[in-house]
Amino acid sequence: MATTTTKTEPLIGKRIKRREDPRLITGTATYVDDIQMPGMHHAAIVRSPHAAAKILGINVKPALDLPGVVAVFTGEDTKDVGPVPCGASLPGLRVPHHYILARDRVYFVGHPVAVVVATDRYIARDAADLVEVDYEPLPAVADPEKALAPGAPAVHPEWPDNVAFTYHQEGGDPDKAFAEADVVVKQRIVSQRLIPSAMETRGVVADWRPGDKALTVYDSTQIPHLLRTLLAGALGIPENRVRVVAPEVGGGFGSKLNVYAEDILMGFVAMRIGKPVKWIESRRENFMCTIHGRGHVDYYEIAAKRDGTVLGMKLKLIQDLGAYHQLLTPAIPTLSVLMMPGLYRFKNIKADIVGVFTNCVPTDAYRGAGRPEATHGVERMMDILAAELNMDPAEIRLRNFPEPEEFPFATATGLTYDSGDYAAPLKKALEIIDYPRLRAEQRLARDAGRLMGIGISTYGEICAFGPSPATPAGGWESATVKIEPSGKVTVMTGASPHGQGEETTFAQIAADELGVSIDDVLVLHGDTSVVQYGIGTFGSRATAVGGTAVYFALQELKEKIKRFGAMLLESDDVSVTNGQCICNRTGNAKTLAEIAGASYRAMKLPPNTQPGLVSTYFWEPPNFAFPFGAHIVVTEVDRETGDITIKRYVAVDDCGRIINPLLVAGQVHGGVVQGIGQALCEQAVYDENGQLITGEFTDYAAPRASRVPWIETDHTVTPSPVNPLGVKGVGEAGTIGASPAVVNSVVDALKPLGVRHIDMPMTPEKIWRIINKGTNA
Amino acid sequence: MIPQPFEYARAKTLKEALAMIADGAKPLAGGMSLTPLMKLRLAAPERVVDIARVPELHYIREESGEIHIGATTIHYEVESSPLLRAKCPLLAETASRIGDIQVRNRGTIGGSAAHADPSADYPAALLALEARICVVGVSGEREIPASQFFVDAFATALEPGEVIREIVVPATGDDTGWSYQKAAQPASGFAIVGIAVRLRKESGRVALARVGVTGVAGKPYRAERVERALEGSAGSAADVQHAAAEAAEGVEASSDLHASADYRKHLARIYTMRALTTALSRIA
Repeated sequence: MATTTTKTEPLIGKRIKRREDPRLITGTATYVDDIQMPGMHHAAIVRSPHAAAKILGINVKPALDLPGVVAVFTGEDTKDVGPVPCGASLPGLRVPHHYILARDRVYFVGHPVAVVVATDRYIARDAADLVEVDYEPLPAVADPEKALAPGAPAVHPEWPDNVAFTYHQEGGDPDKAFAEADVVVKQRIVSQRLIPSAMETRGVVADWRPGDKALTVYDSTQIPHLLRTLLAGALGIPENRVRVVAPEVGGGFGSKLNVYAEDILMGFVAMRIGKPVKWIESRRENFMCTIHGRGHVDYYEIAAKRDGTVLGMKLKLIQDLGAYHQLLTPAIPTLSVLMMPGLYRFKNIKADIVGVFTNCVPTDAYRGAGRPEATHGVERMMDILAAELNMDPAEIRLRNFPEPEEFPFATATGLTYDSGDYAAPLKKALEIIDYPRLRAEQRLARDAGRLMGIGISTYGEICAFGPSPATPAGGWESATVKIEPSGKVTVMTGASPHGQGEETTFAQIAADELGVSIDDVLVLHGDTSVVQYGIGTFGSRATAVGGTAVYFALQELKEKIKRFGAMLLESDDVSVTNGQCICNRTGNAKTLAEIAGASYRAMKLPPNTQPGLVSTYFWEPPNFAFPFGAHIVVTEVDRETGDITIKRYVAVDDCGRIINPLLVAGQVHGGVVQGIGQALCEQAVYDENGQLITGEFTDYAAPRASRVPWIETDHTVTPSPVNPLGVKGVGEAGTIGASPAVVNSVVDALKPLGVRHIDMPMTPEKIWRIINKGTNA
Repeated sequence: MIPQPFEYARAKTLKEALAMIADGAKPLAGGMSLTPLMKLRLAAPERVVDIARVPELHYIREESGEIHIGATTIHYEVESSPLLRAKCPLLAETASRIGDIQVRNRGTIGGSAAHADPSADYPAALLALEARICVVGVSGEREIPASQFFVDAFATALEPGEVIREIVVPATGDDTGWSYQKAAQPASGFAIVGIAVRLRKESGRVALARVGVTGVAGKPYRAERVERALEGSAGSAADVQHAAAEAAEGVEASSDLHASADYRKHLARIYTMRALTTALSRIA
């Protein structure tokens, strides 16, 4: 159909339903596991049951003898492939060689030891049980503080202190600030290990075409282009002969912002057997072998004046890295340090990170990646300071925010906050919840012996990653916008989404700029053979960086449309509006379809103009963007059981200009639920031998819908000056704001009992023990 | 789910099912217990017989003052049955607290009882109701009182070749109070503590008290000390508190990631108190 419908009402700011959803909710989307290929084989992976052991021998024969098994590969076969790459660099970083299959030693439960390839998935799985691995178990250490203790088992024998790196950052004069302070408060704060739990586990289909010497890899990834570059390197194939396709990706939360051993291994297998091979991660493998998040033990000190003005902050951060560095593992805690001042005028800071190896699966980016830990720390410390000074937690926050006219605001950690009015969302949230009335209600509840709490967090976050000099792999993003000969609009984004809804929001941007119907716009992504090089979707960056690239590509395209329009309309004064190019003097117009037709037919071309209507833009952001907000949570604690009930949850977020309020609400809801999960129930637990106790959803307590309160969302809008759309980011905001608000609320509930801090997760038993401290517990 | 290889057959009649079970096949109904074990390869039956669609095992009916529930009746049917809600509301309430809505629409009462998970919800109610479990094998039928059915964790009085046919519970009247109170394990939804209470009062005194406890120990049990303490009392708040204190006395409580033995015993007392209080308040 060679028509392009026109529209006049802007779509940006409208609650447009996600265009992705019909295929997702009708089960017609194509995930990696939906891909079938002629002759496709299946892989299953033999994994270590030990957290630390020597491999004395591997007997693959019983597996090879099972009919249907075509190959078994071990670390000996794959030793020249890889290694699994670490993209982060820090001075003095110790990087263990991360073979894709273990060689003489295993380092964590789930460590891949061998891969079995068979004609069918069931045979592969059965054969994996037949591979005989002779292990000599070794002492293991799973706790980062224990790993630092003298005499702890060495995770990597070559580094007996288990220290992968130390990192120091300082701003202002922290020692002077602490010396001059009226009050100093200290607290150890734990951000426990979490399991990202994307709904779709990882999966890979690799297809080697010997004739073309070309490898195609379908992979559930957040970063198809980076994966392609790194896979090519790991496998020794020219990059232009590797194609990566991220089909539908069922969530990632950062866990698919990575290159895993299995990604490389499936490429290796496909090349060795000359057939396509599929590997789909089981849920148990996902728990054991996909990265975990958080894993901090933080020692905070803050210095303040008696009136509550903050002066300085010190942080000793112990990061549980796990056994290896995955793609960004050691870089994650540095983000915590960058954001340690939160939204406050901490002019003097000192931070020391110790990155510690443990016999656990590596940690890496998980929704928020370093910022939830930092925000949890500073927001807990502000409450502890308020309690120490007998101040209201809202008041102490309002006292320490920079004023709106102080932006761009330079932090002691070297960042420049782009724009902000930090008091605005807090004041709005206080108003929504009717704070004075709520405090009065709390006094009555306390008089009646009830444990009611009110918790506030005012979070800030660094997102829209980011200027390239500050990122490991380039921080720009790319877009191509094409107007097809029929007038239809195709947008190709390098920011391959995994559930965020960019097929909707980017189409809104394109539809508005061209004045066409959203139904005429298609957004493509995720296939490196289709889409120009891009970075990916993570760090709340897709709209702010990828959306801006779309915007700039559209500006260039509009200029070209105008050149063709001017030629066709025989006018030098034209504009693009409502899906047309219009002569501003006569009102004569040509539709985009007419202009596109003329541009491809190319009977006549404007001066110095190529045929066709295509524009590609790589946009480099000048800064990060810094969203912020205020969450207020009302809780009640059951004195008898320790159960926590969330009575109210108010989230006022400021993510700059909002493209689609429906998607923003969805992001806030999802993020808040994950934050509540960390605060109340989620924890990855290893025992002292490094066995993962929470290896299934039957023990890993992701929050259930029944535990989640109604979330009241609202916004203030402070546009970012960093990009022309004025957008910031919202993908991680809820996760960052939620956990401290919930913990602050419960600590407030238990304040009459003298409670000052509670570490997460706040399980009923933990709360019960705190309530009964000194009595019957 | 990639279990070890197994043969699957769907039985059309009870007779067919029994023949296969006698022949060593493992019965499968809702699959809420067996399939997770097979997924983890902790169970690897060579043959599975699906009894979910055997018509003789699927019913809820009243017969001479008792309610008979076919073994493959799903939890949701128990929860929503007008008959059970009117005449055995304790069982309906217990069913409503099992797992989540997906589990309640697949899992069966017979499957839950036969699996005998020490944290399952039903056993508490079946003990409090003094239910009978009717089992059938190729050689015939027999009835086992609930108190003798749950032998240990994941162990029942079922003999090889036997399968649960139905569960029989008493129809209760307005003079009976009831409550099922539960602390759910946050991940699995199983009971850390589950307390089922059935009470009857006569002339202002508690004439009958039955308290079933699940989740606390290695197997479900009747809290007879609680029952004895309450029976004959007026059922005052003080009586309830006094009786509930006995809920886990002399019991070796389980301990795991989600609840230590201490905490379990404490919760058993608290939830017993709550269940008794609610049950008393429900006596018409």
